[in-house]
Amino acid sequence: MYLNKDEERMYEGEYGNTVRKSMEILVALGEIYGAENLIDITSAQISGVSYKTIGDAGLEYLEDLASDKNALAKVPSTLNPAGTDLDNWEKLGFPSEFALKQNKIVDAYGSLGISQTCTCTPYLVGNVPRFRDHVAWSESSAVAYVNSVIGAKTNREGGPGALAAAICGKTAMYGYHIEENRKATIVIEVEDKISGIDYGALGYIVGKEIGDGIPYFILKDKTQNKKKDSSTDISSISPTNNDLKSLGAALASSGAVALYHIENITPEYKIAGKKHLQNDKMFISSHDIQNACEKLTTSDSNEADLVCLGCPHASLEEIEEIANLVKGRHIKNDLWVCTSINIKAAADRMGFTKIIENAGAALVCDTCMVVSPIEELGYESIGVNSAKAANYVPSMCGLKVIYDNAENLIKFK
Amino acid sequence: MCIECRTISKGIAIGELITSKESISFLGGVNPKTGEIIDPNHELKGKFINDKILFIPGGKGSTVGSYVIFQMKKNNVAPKAIICLNAEPIIATGAIMSDIPMVDSPSSYDKLINGIEVKVDADNGQIAIL
Repeated sequence: MYLNKDEERMYEGEYGNTVRKSMEILVALGEIYGAENLIDITSAQISGVSYKTIGDAGLEYLEDLASDKNALAKVPSTLNPAGTDLDNWEKLGFPSEFALKQNKIVDAYGSLGISQTCTCTPYLVGNVPRFRDHVAWSESSAVAYVNSVIGAKTNREGGPGALAAAICGKTAMYGYHIEENRKATIVIEVEDKISGIDYGALGYIVGKEIGDGIPYFILKDKTQNKKKDSSTDISSISPTNNDLKSLGAALASSGAVALYHIENITPEYKIAGKKHLQNDKMFISSHDIQNACEKLTTSDSNEADLVCLGCPHASLEEIEEIANLVKGRHIKNDLWVCTSINIKAAADRMGFTKIIENAGAALVCDTCMVVSPIEELGYESIGVNSAKAANYVPSMCGLKVIYDNAENLIKFK
Repeated sequence: MCIECRTISKGIAIGELITSKESISFLGGVNPKTGEIIDPNHELKGKFINDKILFIPGGKGSTVGSYVIFQMKKNNVAPKAIICLNAEPIIATGAIMSDIPMVDSPSSYDKLINGIEVKVDADNGQIAIL
């Protein structure tokens, strides 16, 4: 692989051990994937934050890197969700040893100049690349979003690879960074109107079927693609960014999809090469969607101990919808709404947090149901409106799942 | 005799070769406290890879495997060096994180058999049979 003079110096250790190691990782990944050179990136998003996933080894590695004071992230970088709410872990019942280790991990990242914003939706809180930017992101749902909806370019980075990219401000030129590799591989025609959890179910079906392919969706129902003339109601615009967030998260968890196109919606659909795919087509009916929703539910009961919303992390609009739903009522189940500290700050000011708390629920920051130790908190079943969560929770946390829309999951006293 | 290969993680090590035709998942497949292969379905089950030079086709499984390799190094039970037929990101990243010399794509490998003594010179992309 070709390295310029400065990259050579980084590789040889002239800028210290952390930069050397980071450069070695980038070069090794480049060699493995056949890259010819490195390219500059404008943003990084780093996974490998929860103590539940990286453990003591991860903590030690990060503290080693952070002890080299020459090393600081060269581009704006954000973190994936942590294993706890970093501030309110005690109130929410997280074990203290876990929480203390978790805070050390996030502090080590902070010493490396990385924003301690722990979220899977960095694109909602200021880490927003521009169209055609090269970036190095590792959260799979955010990779799908940034490639597909924003049109920036990233591979599905691993945690240490994305961290190395942040520290060097570079990544290896291969995969989705190359225009040629961003063409669709299959056309997916969705025959009926879909909404809410249908988007997650659609992503679940397609991801399972196509693995790491690039789907080109045609949402055939005409009401999907344009706003109704007579209405200014935002809910009539479909798919919303929230729908796309759910779709991408599901595609990236049941499969390894990094990029999708939607006709008339996403920025690269015109150059996605649909006309070469006459014979590669898949048709999805409302019946298929219904089946997938049923398959994602593993509980026999229709009432969950814990309802967990915000996978990927809730946007302000989603929090507003939940606030409207629970306003002035008392919720029977425990309810967590997971989001970032940034969105929570806005929700606090808008009064949504108070409404949700008064109904007996919590707005939980920094973490989510997949990476936190919920299995240690005494719950047996969990209700989610995220196909990604429904897919991961049974194996990662051992809980039974109910997959449904929020209004059906939340039960009132 | 000398075998050409590609550098993945720099460094030099001499040691006894332990080989397998099966890929390894470090997460769940290796005990990071002892260096023992614990994957019940792996042909090296019950064997120890610490202080050996590991020669395998590649890695598989969870990307958290990179951190398991680092944990092994911290516990002084990591392999001295790693040779892969085709490196993949999990082991490559883990080896670099842990300063374990690693090479891949050896120009020939029929002489790289279990139990022999080899020198892996990842700085120069060479394996020498001693």
